[in-house]
Amino acid sequence: MTLFGFRIPMMASLIMWALIWEVVGRLDLIFLIPPMTSVFEAGVQLVQTGSWQSASMITLRSFALGMALAIGVGVPLGVLMGCVKIADNIFGLWVNMFVSAPLSALVPILMILFGLGETTVFVTVFLFAVWIIVLDARAGVMQVPTSLIEMGRSYGASRWTIFTKIILLSALPEILAGIRIGMIRGVKGVVIGQILVSVIGYGELFELYSRSFDMERFWALTMILFAAAMMLSAVVELFEKRIEYYAGAR
Amino acid sequence: MANAARSHAGDPQGVTTDDPVVQVRDICKNYGEIEALRGIDLEFQRGKLTTLLGPSGCGKTTLLKIIAGLVPATSGEVRINGRAVTGPGPERAFVFQDFALMPWATVQRNVAFGLELKGMALAERNRIAKRYIEQVGLSGFEEKYPHELSGGMRQRVGIARAFAVNADVLLLDEPFSAVDEQNRRKFQEDLLRLVELEKKTFIFVTHSIEEAVYVSDRIVLLSPRPGRISRIIDPMTDRTASPDEIRRDPRYLDVVEEIWQGLRQYAE
Repeated sequence: MTLFGFRIPMMASLIMWALIWEVVGRLDLIFLIPPMTSVFEAGVQLVQTGSWQSASMITLRSFALGMALAIGVGVPLGVLMGCVKIADNIFGLWVNMFVSAPLSALVPILMILFGLGETTVFVTVFLFAVWIIVLDARAGVMQVPTSLIEMGRSYGASRWTIFTKIILLSALPEILAGIRIGMIRGVKGVVIGQILVSVIGYGELFELYSRSFDMERFWALTMILFAAAMMLSAVVELFEKRIEYYAGAR
Repeated sequence: MANAARSHAGDPQGVTTDDPVVQVRDICKNYGEIEALRGIDLEFQRGKLTTLLGPSGCGKTTLLKIIAGLVPATSGEVRINGRAVTGPGPERAFVFQDFALMPWATVQRNVAFGLELKGMALAERNRIAKRYIEQVGLSGFEEKYPHELSGGMRQRVGIARAFAVNADVLLLDEPFSAVDEQNRRKFQEDLLRLVELEKKTFIFVTHSIEEAVYVSDRIVLLSPRPGRISRIIDPMTDRTASPDEIRRDPRYLDVVEEIWQGLRQYAE
């Protein structure tokens, strides 16, 4: 972007807002907004504490397990729905309902089912991430060009070969896009789950800092989470770009 | 009728040849209520290029896919080398209108895909693929992906793939319809060269009269809804002449005109 002929670097808006934040913080208008520099300082201290490190471990573990299950269930289910009409009829309505449902409302029920612990958070991550993965995998399989399948048949491919060598590879871009969006939803799931359970991981820390009005640490933790979510999405995007040529000939 | 072309109007059953590779016997195809093909009887001569020509909706692609074994006929049967067709087989290879290349595979792998499915070893199939890539004029593009090629080049990959499996019969479904006019002419000339070189049987579907007359040994005219054989024409084009001479030859132009007169009743 250029402004009055000057090239503005990409991070400019971020720096700009950080500066405004700093100024507002130094003016000491509301205690909710401490200066950016002290938030940053608090962040540096925070990551050295044992409580942050163990909370991060718990969070990562719930997220990784939840995502693994969401991918492990979501991709096969989506592919099945794309291939088999009956499966699509059985699951389609439910998947479409859950993908847009406010799942946070279900977390209290999960707490009753799975207790106030990591299991509830893990299930929350799964429920947040799985539906979009199913839908994207299904869409990927359904839009495999008919001629590509006919090509496989006419050159003597068995049904299994067509499935593994043509359908799955052809659907891969959509499957990966679903996993990326699923991961972003999974981050929301892990945070919402932990905040609602509020005795483990980041939920416990958030609860602690907001109750004691420790705004520096509260903001530091929020920013760490935002940065982590963006990084995660960027990593999957990078992976998607490497197979961009898949989409080129569509 | 001009002596430029032999015509078998109204006598399709009488067309028999000494050595038919493909025999189509009383094929009918219904899609629900819609009757797509009715009572198609045809024989395709070995080593010849036969074109199925007709207005859109006459079922020419359906007939080609029935011969390919991709679409089941409602009644009737297709025999290849005397054996009835129940599905696709190694003695037939198909060239698709939209190329049907795998976007994630290189030119080399796309061309070798038919051989890969047969379980041929990598080195062997790459050697064969390389030969056909060269024959269709794509040397140097082996490691490119389909989206890096133009439409014409993509169809050359499709044709190389069909040649690579060494089938007796090549089925081409409007192979040049997605190729621009300049490349199309070059393509037709290259196809004739390959027909000469490979001595295979070609069944070619097109809706272009000029293309049909230019490349075919025999043209089967289909009438629409339901598709039936309305006429069979042997253009008898003199292949020894240069492509430009052929396109200016009055006999060539007469056959084009004759077919157009036969088809114009179906034009909207």
